[in-house]
Amino acid sequence: MSAQRYPLEEYFYPGNASCPGCGATMALRWVLKALGKKSIMVVPACCTSVFMGLYPKSAIGIPVLNIAFAAAAAAASGIVAALKARGKDATVLVWAGDGGTVDIGIQALSGAAERQTDFIYICYDNEAYMNTGIQRSGATPYGAITTTTPILGKREHKKNMPRIMIAHDIPYVATATSGYPHDLFRKVKKAKEKRGATRYIHILAPCPPGWRFDSKLTVKISRLAVRTGMWVLYEVEDGKFRLTGPSKALLDPEKRLPVEEYLKLQGRFSHLTREDIEEIQRWVDRQWELISKMVSKE
Amino acid sequence: MGEVMILTGNYSAAYAAKAARVQVVAAYPITPQTSIVEKIAELIERGEMKCEYVRVESEHSAMAACIGASAAGARAFTATSAHGLAYMHEMLHWAAGARLPIVMAVINRAMGPPWNIWPDHIDSLSQRDTGWIQFYVESNQEFFDTIIQAYRVAEDPEVRMPAMVCGDGFLLSHTYQPVHVLSEKEVEEYLPPYEPPFDISDVDNPVTHGNIVLAEAVGTQVGYMEYRYLMQVGMLKAKDKIKKAADDFKRMFGRYHGALVEEYRTNDAEVVMVSMGTLAAQAKYVVDMLREQGYQVGSVKLRVYRPFPYEDFIRIGRRVKVLVVVDRNASYGYCGISAADIAAALYGEKNPPLIMNFIVGIGGRDVTPDMQAELFMRAFKALEEEKEGFICEWVGLKGD
Amino acid sequence: MKIVVKNYEWMKEIPPTPLSRPGPGSMGMTGRWRAERPVINYEKCKKCGMCWTYCPENAIVFSKDEGPRINYNYCKGCLVCVEECPYDAIKVEREVVEWEK
Repeated sequence: MSAQRYPLEEYFYPGNASCPGCGATMALRWVLKALGKKSIMVVPACCTSVFMGLYPKSAIGIPVLNIAFAAAAAAASGIVAALKARGKDATVLVWAGDGGTVDIGIQALSGAAERQTDFIYICYDNEAYMNTGIQRSGATPYGAITTTTPILGKREHKKNMPRIMIAHDIPYVATATSGYPHDLFRKVKKAKEKRGATRYIHILAPCPPGWRFDSKLTVKISRLAVRTGMWVLYEVEDGKFRLTGPSKALLDPEKRLPVEEYLKLQGRFSHLTREDIEEIQRWVDRQWELISKMVSKE
Repeated sequence: MGEVMILTGNYSAAYAAKAARVQVVAAYPITPQTSIVEKIAELIERGEMKCEYVRVESEHSAMAACIGASAAGARAFTATSAHGLAYMHEMLHWAAGARLPIVMAVINRAMGPPWNIWPDHIDSLSQRDTGWIQFYVESNQEFFDTIIQAYRVAEDPEVRMPAMVCGDGFLLSHTYQPVHVLSEKEVEEYLPPYEPPFDISDVDNPVTHGNIVLAEAVGTQVGYMEYRYLMQVGMLKAKDKIKKAADDFKRMFGRYHGALVEEYRTNDAEVVMVSMGTLAAQAKYVVDMLREQGYQVGSVKLRVYRPFPYEDFIRIGRRVKVLVVVDRNASYGYCGISAADIAAALYGEKNPPLIMNFIVGIGGRDVTPDMQAELFMRAFKALEEEKEGFICEWVGLKGD
Repeated sequence: MKIVVKNYEWMKEIPPTPLSRPGPGSMGMTGRWRAERPVINYEKCKKCGMCWTYCPENAIVFSKDEGPRINYNYCKGCLVCVEECPYDAIKVEREVVEWEK
């Protein structure tokens, strides 16, 4: 893995307002590298609306339309329609957090995907409303402490958004995470080339302040999410399911690290009981049973 | 000019969008707006209208898609009613703050609960502070002509504010009237191609729109409040642009429906009735009827509600004795919405007219010419009794 | 009633709605946030680019010939690069702030 095989052009500028060790900016840098200059980005309310910095500057090197929380996929639909009406061509990207995707923005996203709108929708998932101060979202995992699940932790499991998007029969759905930027890069490139309909990528983006870990551990935690099977790397291309990266080797439960390896590094899970950890392990194993069915379909 | 067609108000709005060379329509159905978006879909699928049609899954998304389209350089149009408009509320602020000259047809309808699909003006007047120019029309012809005028005003580089053109549900939306329909070609000179205030599709000159602007102006930098003041400036400039748009329209197409207000037989009037939408059309008929009986009455159609034509009301207020302000709306706990604004305009005037504010026609309750005549009579009685100030009353209730 | 209309110079100089231009420093000199600084030992550095790959800030400039260079104006000191360097070529130094008098 040499850096020299990847473009040196940057469309994400330093000196922005992201927290040190941000998993979202780590991923965004590589998303923008893969998309290149001829792209337009729509951003609903999320960490990115803040970390892109203050007027009159912006950390993002392609055109950006900020938009209200629930409206990203719909605003992108309008841009796609305008490009078509004007005979212009560009890649339209929505870059939204988990709240703006799995909660308040799901209606607009589902509508746009059902219309097979020609755009890429990327959710960077830091598993809570981090921008407003770590409140529980539909993407928060079981057990995690947030400011709205402050003592017991969340009592429900994470909503599986990629599966919802697969159900929309769109030509490309993929998952990724900040700690595997080259896997992410390849998936964004592939999404970019699959023009004419909706493509969806869901990125697990570790958040040092929200998940309560040392900022230098972002990549480690991201990778542990994959190695424990908490997060699965895959892509569904024209209906064909395929595991990617380290997840390829993890169908066998013996190969997966215990979830505790992932949980113990994060303050948000520090209160978990033995039963809680077992519940999370059972959930992971159930997820993989579903995955194995999708794989064996081929 | 133009071809005469027998159209409902809704079809009239659809043909106006076509004549205005709208490039993107994003819309969601709601009674009584539906036949606008159905007609547009039909015109597009027949190949008679060249336009991208985004069949969104909600009104919130309809306005968001219009914002995206308008920011990417396309002339955008949508239409809605009542709950749809209320659902759009957040995006109405966004469109205005982004200075995107989207035009929307609003078919006025009552808000639930209980469900009621008939007209009143609470839906659109509740949106008066979003930064949208608001037109209220009295006929299907005015609907058609005003949508075209609205684009011209909204897109003016000195204005750049979105505009809604409001017509009464069923009374216009589903009522057939003859309409002179202009073609795209005929409108071309009056309405030049759309130029956006910024172009989000210009990948060679990337800009970020809408990231954080601080409260304070620091150094050479302006702050959030300066940008809000620019909206106020755009809105105030719209007044002259609306007058010019109406005058030029008259010059080019021979039709005139008033500018900010339309006055009817007000010159020597003692009592003037102020109303919006179809009530203003009916008020003219009542004025003629009472004039025949020797009463010095007139009518003012409040055609543009934002920017508010307070200068016109000061001028009219100086020569009349009573303003009968008929509001097909109410601000619960206070008075009629337009009457409050008119009263504010007249504050500090020497010998201001008596303002009699009547709340009528809520949720489609019938407002007959006889009832309007009765309201005029009550004004004359109040004059005899030398009443002053501001009186508000709901009328036409059971037991009245 | 009268609405006062102001006419300032700044109104003519700006577009009607705020437009921001891309560039570094949209939140200022974020290097000031740093408590610890990563320092590259170029004798150990193999120019693999891993530090550049993972820098969440894009505060590491990379070139094939010269390898990585940390832009301390903006580096926030997250130390992901220290953690991810396969050659242990980045060490941590305590940041010493000299306050202006």
